[in-house]
Amino acid sequence: MDAARPYVAAFASRFLLMLQYCAAAVAGFATQCWWGAIKVMIYAAFYAAAPGAADASPMSLAQAITYVWMAQALLALTPWGADPDIAQAVRTGSVAYDRLRPVDTYWLWYVRSGAWMVSRAAPRAALMLLAAGLALPLLGLSDWAWGPPTDLTAAAFFAVSLLLAVALSSAMLMLVNLVVAATLTDRGAVTLYNPLVIVLSGNLLPLALYPDWAQTALLMQPFAGMLDIPLRLYVGQLSGAWAWAGLGLQVFWTLVLILVGRAALTRVMTRLDVQGG
Amino acid sequence: MPQILVEDLAKTYRVAERDPGLLGAVRGLVHRRHRTVEALRDVSFSLEAGELLGFIGPNGAGKSTTIKILSGILKPDAGLVLVNGRVPFTDRIAHVSKIGVVFGQRTQLWWDLPVSEGFDLLADIYRVEPARYRANRDELVALLRLERVLDRPVRQLSLGQRMRAEIAAALLHEPDILFLDEPTIGLDAPSKLAVREVVRRLNRERGVTVLLTTHDMHDIEALAQRVIVIGHGQVLADSPFETLRANVLAERRLVVDFAHEAPEIIMAGVEIRSRQGQTLELAFDPARTPTPNLIAALAAAHEVVDIHVGEPAIEEVIARFYDLHGAGEA
Repeated sequence: MDAARPYVAAFASRFLLMLQYCAAAVAGFATQCWWGAIKVMIYAAFYAAAPGAADASPMSLAQAITYVWMAQALLALTPWGADPDIAQAVRTGSVAYDRLRPVDTYWLWYVRSGAWMVSRAAPRAALMLLAAGLALPLLGLSDWAWGPPTDLTAAAFFAVSLLLAVALSSAMLMLVNLVVAATLTDRGAVTLYNPLVIVLSGNLLPLALYPDWAQTALLMQPFAGMLDIPLRLYVGQLSGAWAWAGLGLQVFWTLVLILVGRAALTRVMTRLDVQGG
Repeated sequence: MPQILVEDLAKTYRVAERDPGLLGAVRGLVHRRHRTVEALRDVSFSLEAGELLGFIGPNGAGKSTTIKILSGILKPDAGLVLVNGRVPFTDRIAHVSKIGVVFGQRTQLWWDLPVSEGFDLLADIYRVEPARYRANRDELVALLRLERVLDRPVRQLSLGQRMRAEIAAALLHEPDILFLDEPTIGLDAPSKLAVREVVRRLNRERGVTVLLTTHDMHDIEALAQRVIVIGHGQVLADSPFETLRANVLAERRLVVDFAHEAPEIIMAGVEIRSRQGQTLELAFDPARTPTPNLIAALAAAHEVVDIHVGEPAIEEVIARFYDLHGAGEA
């Protein structure tokens, strides 16, 4: 237990500190409601305009709508850009203090960045669940609402997959952090990487709705596990053996990204110049 | 075997350069120029447990680089560093759990957390046993007079309060070695005195080995038994401070008040440094002109009201030393 103590403390401290930023959460929630509403209406229009195509679609309209609300709710769980704290630590040289702690720097940053992501996502997701999952049905708008999971199995798979998504996203975030640490800027490479995340995580469009020939590749790539796989499990679009495959892919990519990240961190630290003073 | 052993240490940095202006910026896109800066070359010294060593030198001399290598943050390019028998960079985790470091120009406490929560978090990170932590913390809080700032977020502390909190933060895990990189920078006089007092007590009472860098020569005078002067990445001197002073500036000062108008010339080997009414400040080398002889000569030839002997200020000693070694800021 003592081995985990520093990391648990670092996670808890960052998480609690970040939760204080209520205004940011509410503002984020408002924006995501707006985008969610627009996307829901676009899907409704598409499905209504082509009834034949909708029958052939791998996702029903109800599934697509639930997917949209959840993707909006979990937006902050996708590793968009570097953790501002770590970027700043590297820029100002206070990274020196992180290296003075008798802990593994990779795991220290990993839990800190993970805490940052989860603490941003949790309040937004809770608000979204209240709005799209509870308020909409109460207002008689069940057709437009965030629906319940398909069944208990789907719910269980989703719960596990969501945890794996956090682990995977944190590992990805660490790679972004390390690019920033090596280049001393969060522009550049990170800007190029941003649209990649939006598309490949399923945030822009559920991955299942892309052409059939691309499906295998889309499912196999690492970003699917950050959002698309948990959401597909929830709406029941991945089930049976595919559900297990989804979890397996998440585990696989998490391990790969952690290994790459650890090697990158060792390299960055060996070449580290502490900025200033 | 000494507690800290440094042999032939070398470290270079690669610095990207570009020409000024738009053209320079555009050229930098195509071709990056790099310049290699030698931060340290061939630095050797050793330190026994319980010593208190002052590290001085102009900005850019390599003091901070040495501390960062000793604390395991930076990897040296060449040379041997052993602290408690460990190589700091390779054996980082075991090494850093036994040392405490304060960088005067940065904060290790969390800006938005109250001081006490920052301490708690550090105790968790260092895995300090809870009872031990509480005892330690209370002792440090009393020693550094931190009672009134414990509940305040770090961003609201004055620099003096913050520095005292930083020093406490570096000691919660009871390190045997303390590295202080400019711990008194920017502090007012009472805070400087408080910092010096704590450092002295830690060194004397707990036997903590201290290595500190500073630009404030009073820190050195008040604390360090031994001084290393570093310039251009090399050790220029390693001796007790008094020896350094004697070697560099043997010069003595004599301030003389004359009853009547002050004379134009005193004697060979004595230089008039300043003249103010009937008072002269004289500079001389006591080896060539013994002080009693000069005073006797003055009293015989003139009517003298008062005489006092002075030594050049410590800053002057150091500035002179840097000049002699061409070690001014690069």
